[in-house]
Amino acid sequence: MSNPILKLIVQRIALGIVLLFAVSVLIFVGTQVLPGDVAQSILGQSATPQSLANLREQLGLNDPAYMRYFRWLGGLLTGDLGNALTSGLPIAPAISGRLANTLFLAATAAIVAVPLAILLGLLAVRYRNGPIDKAISAFALASTSFPEFFIGYLLVYFFAVKWQIFPAISTVFDGMSFLERLQAVALPATALTLVVLAHMMRMTRAAILNVMQSAYIETAELKGLRPLDVIRKHAFPNAIAPVVNVVMLNLAYLVVGVVVVEVIFVYPGMGQYLVDHVTKRDVPVVQAVGLIFAAVYIILNIVADIAAIVANPRLRHPK
Amino acid sequence: MAEVQANKKEGLLLDIRNLRIEATVYPPDEPPKTITLVDDVSLTLERGKVLGLIGESGAGKSTIGLSSMGYGRGGVRITGGEIILNGRDIMKGGRSGIRKIRGKEVCYVAQSAAAAFNPAHQLMDQVVEASLLHGTAKRATAEKKARELFRKLGLPDPDNIGKRYPHQVSGGQLQRVMTAMALCSEPDLIVFDEPTTALDVTTQIDVLAAIRDAIHATGVAALYITHDLAVVAQVADEIMVLRHGKLIEWGGTRQIIKEPRQEYTNALVSVHEIEHEEKKPTDTPFLSVKNVTASYGDGKVKVLKNVSVDIHPGQTLAVVGESGSGKSTLARAITGLLPPMEGSITFGGRTLSNSLTGRSKEDLRQLQMVYQMADVAMNPRQSIATIIGRPLEFYFGIKGAERDRRVAELLEKIEMGKGFADRYPAELSGGQKQRVCIARALAAKPKLIICDEVTSALDPLVANGILKLLLELQAEEDVAYLFITHDLATVKSIADSIAVMYRGGVVRYGAKSEVLAPPFDPYTDLLLSSVPEMEIGWLDKAIKSRRMESAGN
Repeated sequence: MSNPILKLIVQRIALGIVLLFAVSVLIFVGTQVLPGDVAQSILGQSATPQSLANLREQLGLNDPAYMRYFRWLGGLLTGDLGNALTSGLPIAPAISGRLANTLFLAATAAIVAVPLAILLGLLAVRYRNGPIDKAISAFALASTSFPEFFIGYLLVYFFAVKWQIFPAISTVFDGMSFLERLQAVALPATALTLVVLAHMMRMTRAAILNVMQSAYIETAELKGLRPLDVIRKHAFPNAIAPVVNVVMLNLAYLVVGVVVVEVIFVYPGMGQYLVDHVTKRDVPVVQAVGLIFAAVYIILNIVADIAAIVANPRLRHPK
Repeated sequence: MAEVQANKKEGLLLDIRNLRIEATVYPPDEPPKTITLVDDVSLTLERGKVLGLIGESGAGKSTIGLSSMGYGRGGVRITGGEIILNGRDIMKGGRSGIRKIRGKEVCYVAQSAAAAFNPAHQLMDQVVEASLLHGTAKRATAEKKARELFRKLGLPDPDNIGKRYPHQVSGGQLQRVMTAMALCSEPDLIVFDEPTTALDVTTQIDVLAAIRDAIHATGVAALYITHDLAVVAQVADEIMVLRHGKLIEWGGTRQIIKEPRQEYTNALVSVHEIEHEEKKPTDTPFLSVKNVTASYGDGKVKVLKNVSVDIHPGQTLAVVGESGSGKSTLARAITGLLPPMEGSITFGGRTLSNSLTGRSKEDLRQLQMVYQMADVAMNPRQSIATIIGRPLEFYFGIKGAERDRRVAELLEKIEMGKGFADRYPAELSGGQKQRVCIARALAAKPKLIICDEVTSALDPLVANGILKLLLELQAEEDVAYLFITHDLATVKSIADSIAVMYRGGVVRYGAKSEVLAPPFDPYTDLLLSSVPEMEIGWLDKAIKSRRMESAGN
């Protein structure tokens, strides 16, 4: 690992941090321009002007916006996400458990979806334009075209109601064993897998097909390699950068886009939490969750960038 | 087995009988049709012998070469005949049977090793891959063998070069590594497909010698495919001349180049030097490049060093040198695409702005360019009339019927006729495409056309036609050329003055007769002596008489 690659990686990370600060400003400004008054929403319509003024003073709402921003930011950096308006409890501990649940669900889905998508992509290239390729594409596109809630209820109908293999409601609690947890998330993870599969599979197929035009693929074929070995050993390593990008995009979706699936399966994750508090106009919680989702997106994109840099032999081994 | 071993050096290896190869093409707006690429070609090759396959592009050379491995590029199908290798018809072995032959009994060396090596893997892994796949050797043995071959082929640091990635090695070296790759699994036959065509002349000579010596040392048989008779004469025992997928003539190397029996072979063999009377320089050059230094990356890499040349009205300045010598960069500096750091370019008595943005439309009109790759220099979705008509509209505002008339005139000038106006680039041959590019440059009525390797991608006979056209146009239109090329034979045919470039500087400059007359500086001498001559034994003579190492090493 020599300097140019290290420099590029440090650049990407620095850029990610800058981006994260920019997002925090956007979130803060966004929640400020929303109509409504925090003190009013806490105390309700019947509050007296005096008690509203007192609460504003107490919450520091009379300070200029930039001071409130820096106070919020300072809290964030020390791990203090503030208190929820509705319950008055600190947000950080409430979120950490839910974030862990969401990440567990996302990881379970990803561990199935990513290798499956890449494998199907390789097979689609191997049997390109034949019946196997078409069947794979048809299956993947169909599963993506159905809305998540439809797939979710379909799974519930068959696996939970009819055959009673998995629970319909994904309840998880502390003290559950790993296997129990796995069983609990089986259906939401399957639903998520079906949703993200097609995009990754189609991109893998397209990226590898692009590489298959290269002269070195002919070289490999003329060495007598089997078609699948040609794809695996010679085409895929050169298609990693675009594949990693689309995989990371879908991983981010698994964390950020799970709202619907979590609601269907009543899974105690971030999505549920966010939906609950949006309806209650709990601004600090919405800010905190928004920032965490933004951080997940940015971090995964940095990982994708770095993976693409490291996968490039020209950067890894300069002249 | 013992018998096979004893027969290793003699006997029939490859026997191709009545080969027929077809492909399906899909012309636009027409139903798909089947075309015949190779028609009833038979050949035999003895063990340890080298057969040269020669012809222009489209002759079916590569297609025949690859058929010995049961391989058809794209939609190409072997539809008739037998390919008997080591006593059996390989087409009867099915797909897995053919895979067992590829990389073990027959290996392939491609034209562009730079593209034929996988950029993601180390060279050694790729070189020994076929040996390991077919189980002919264990990894350690195969790698030892590969290092021996690297040494034999004259590669630098043979013990460690295998650890490098393709982009870390020069083009000439990669071509040798590819030869080592083909030899590593000890095949009976190697198909060399234009292995030196993409290299500089000075590099070609070394690679050619390395390939020939390796063939002799290992006793492998070879099909050597090239369009260059002078090259194949150095390595082949026999030569087969092909045209449009048919056999024209087949004979010993000496017979083909000394006593060709067919007219077409004779046309290939005879030297196509165009007699070009040198014009004397005028007192006032219309374009002068003065002490130009240019670089990429903020002055870090200087690619032009203090270059000064003059171009006279209606005359041709040829710029010669190998790749990386700065020829094309000089063109970019003159056109303003790469603003020089120092020095100036004067045109018609006034200094041109160094950068493109500072030049007027009139300045831009006066300097036009024609590129090496005519295919990619034209928009494939525009008709020929649109392509040629564009400068007429852009520079002169000529539209409608008047534009069509001028386009027809220009098509007439490039000897193509107005029937081509509604065609698209994809429907034209390589030579026709280049003619269209010339017409487009001419449409702007420029004082100077910069021709950047305009004939390099063309077959010799077609290239000759382009050169003749350029000379005629120069006589009619009084246009000057800056003719960039690596090919000294072309230079003799077209230049009035010559600048020889080496590593960004001009090492020799003057009238053609002076530059091409002794005494030579070492670099010009190397360039001149590296041009293959159609003479058996030329290669040994040329290597012996060299005064300096070529840059590819």
